[in-house]
Amino acid sequence: MKSIIRFIPLILFVLLGVLLYRGLFLNPQAMPSAMIGKPLPDFQLPMLKATDKMVGREDLKGNIVLLNVWATWCIQCKYEHPYLLDIIKDKRIKLYGLNFTDDHSAALRWLKQYKDPYVFSIFDEQGALGLDIGVFGAPETFVIDHTGIIRKRFAGPINTQVWNNEFLPLIETIEAEMSQDES
Amino acid sequence: MIPELGHFALIIGLAFALCLSIVPLIGVAQNNQQLINSAKPLSFGLFLFVGISIVLLAYSFTVDDFSVKYIANHSNSLLPYYFKISAVWGGHEGSMLLWIFALTVWTFAVSIHSKQLEKEFVARVLAIMGMIAVGFIFFTLLTSNPFERLLPNSPMEGQDLNPLLQDIGLIIHPPFLYMGYVGFSVAFAFAIAALMAGKMDAAWARWSRPWTVAAWSFLSIGIALGSWWAYYELGWGGWWFWDPVENVSFMPWLAGTALIHALAVTEQRNTFKHWTLLLAILTFSLNLLGAFLVRSGVITSVHSFAVDPGRGLYLLILLAVAVGGSLTLYAFRSAKVSTPSRFTFYSRENTILVAISILITATITILLGTLYPLIIDAMGLGKISVGAPYFNAVFVPMMIALFLFMGIGPLIRWKKARKGELSKHLNAISVVSVIFGAAWPFIFAGEFSISAFIGMTLGCWIVLAVLKDVFNNAKQADGSLKFSAVPLNHIGMAVAHAGIAITVIGVTMVSTYEKEINVKMAPGESTNLSGYTIEFGGTKNILGPNYSAVQGQVKVSLDNEFVTLLKPEQRTYKVQRTGMTEAAIHTTLWRDIYVALGDPLDKNSWSMRLYYKPFIVWIWLGAFFMAFGGFLAILSKRYRKRVAVKQQGINQPNNEVLKEA
Repeated sequence: MKSIIRFIPLILFVLLGVLLYRGLFLNPQAMPSAMIGKPLPDFQLPMLKATDKMVGREDLKGNIVLLNVWATWCIQCKYEHPYLLDIIKDKRIKLYGLNFTDDHSAALRWLKQYKDPYVFSIFDEQGALGLDIGVFGAPETFVIDHTGIIRKRFAGPINTQVWNNEFLPLIETIEAEMSQDES
Repeated sequence: MIPELGHFALIIGLAFALCLSIVPLIGVAQNNQQLINSAKPLSFGLFLFVGISIVLLAYSFTVDDFSVKYIANHSNSLLPYYFKISAVWGGHEGSMLLWIFALTVWTFAVSIHSKQLEKEFVARVLAIMGMIAVGFIFFTLLTSNPFERLLPNSPMEGQDLNPLLQDIGLIIHPPFLYMGYVGFSVAFAFAIAALMAGKMDAAWARWSRPWTVAAWSFLSIGIALGSWWAYYELGWGGWWFWDPVENVSFMPWLAGTALIHALAVTEQRNTFKHWTLLLAILTFSLNLLGAFLVRSGVITSVHSFAVDPGRGLYLLILLAVAVGGSLTLYAFRSAKVSTPSRFTFYSRENTILVAISILITATITILLGTLYPLIIDAMGLGKISVGAPYFNAVFVPMMIALFLFMGIGPLIRWKKARKGELSKHLNAISVVSVIFGAAWPFIFAGEFSISAFIGMTLGCWIVLAVLKDVFNNAKQADGSLKFSAVPLNHIGMAVAHAGIAITVIGVTMVSTYEKEINVKMAPGESTNLSGYTIEFGGTKNILGPNYSAVQGQVKVSLDNEFVTLLKPEQRTYKVQRTGMTEAAIHTTLWRDIYVALGDPLDKNSWSMRLYYKPFIVWIWLGAFFMAFGGFLAILSKRYRKRVAVKQQGINQPNNEVLKEA
């Protein structure tokens, strides 16, 4: 009996090892969204820079649309910002902003101070659209393909590495699908 | 050329490590003195060549050799030279090299300070440390080589060190932390060597004690520096976030604290041997687990390293071999370890046993909290994160219990407390502590606060208990006091316990009485913060070596008397285009005034965060007391007396005393 007790630490460690091994193949940053594979829900919200003008789903023009959720209270958005200015050089994509539960004047100052990478930003003061597509926090970025289907949701700030590993392969896939659809 | 030499030196280091892990063990098996003696020069060779390797990497940093990938990613020609050197450990690859270097420093130190030990035993210990070195040098060379070149297309300029790391805190925090982490490999190696030899007597504990205390002291300082760095560099005024990376440094500290107490009992009373063995294995295992968690990407954290699944798999295999191997060895060999446990309920042994149990429980609680998101994810139940509320809710009550026992431990007798004696020691100090704790909130803030009461009572209780203990030990038969008669290791214990009390007081005061205000201020405006007048005098634009900054001019005064001019900055680093908040802090022993510049608002006004943090330096000051106490204990003569006793052939004095008893 006593000799079995001495194996307990080893057994516990083996269990822990199995867990850690499983953990290696999980990605803590991959946030599944129920919306993936579904079309972007329709909405009617004002534009940030012209609140008297309402925009909807059909205003997000472009073959590959990136919808970036941002806010001035979000530290990581500040980190992400220069990278956003970088990625809009890729002409295959159109970047739209979803200004999420934010202060209107603060958001305008932000865009003025740091430059505006977006075609336009949607002003979602109550977080209505955010709720519909399941936003956890900012920053988050959604990829919507040419048929209006949400293909990806990335939680956390984009940087060069993330862009190259997470987004570029998907953009190439969508491009390939597009040329297939045309032919 | 130079980076290749560094790479080559590391490979030679690997060769030394391989020889060190094999040759001395062959010597022990064949009883070949020549092979046994080879452990010492092999340790030196390992230390020398890994040392050359890290020096050459630092040299390549200082000469801006951006053809080296690691340097191109972590340095820049505009970086000041001291940050170029500290950038050596600013990323994953180089910090692995620092880890290995720390390991070789400990290996070499054991090899030269082991004259009082049996040669066979030292050979085993060094061989085990050699094996650990083999594992980690292989890992570094195969998956994380800091000397990898970017040829032929080498960049002209580096991408710069992360601005958060361009700081004095980064220069000194990792070396201390790694010396602490890796230092526990010595206790681990001693435990494994004892299991291999099938011999675990009190002498073993005496040999391994100073090494373990040294590692613990380094780790205490390392964690304190990390907390201090987070406090002033992250700009949020917090000093502990329960972030996974902090947790993986804290768990070995808790387990290590349990280990040094178990070792004390094993040495002095020749019991608790299973605890000591298991805790030595556990503490080092937690270090390896920490390396795995931080460097494999299984857990998200604010400061995890670049992620690569190959690295994670290798580290997991390393973890499995080291921990699985040692626990298997324990399972089969520990039957030989006899533990005569002859102590009663009211005894110092039992008090320490309770303390060890609490420390282990706390360690496991933190481990569970850290791994819980992973467990949930692995079972496919979704994504969650465990934050400070969980950790505070479970950790604080355990610590309160622990601190109560901390006051009893030094004052209770080994084996069996004499009737009435303990209460005689404790009555007065417990009454004084409660009165002090109850009075303090009224004196400081004019109203009662339960958290301040508990914290200040416990802090006072711990200090009075060790003071009383030192007095008891200094008391001579004739009633006079002779402090020189108190052994140095005993003074060390008292200082370290007092360090805990200082930290407890700091934590209590900060968490009870800190003030935070967020204000919008235009030049000339002022605001009130806990009695201090904070006046914003506008901003200046300044230029640093590799950044530009807006610097706020903030005048702090108390009762119309000028206290200080604080200059918080909003920096923009040119290369990485990142903004950085540099908080400005005015520190005294009694309080910090902390000012962080927020964002520019309309016209000239700025948003600002102002904090008043009473007693916050006590948190880190306490850690330095702990480490100082640890180092005092190491200097104690008792750890050097061994030679004479052994040569007389009186092998296990404690054992014999116990057999008679």
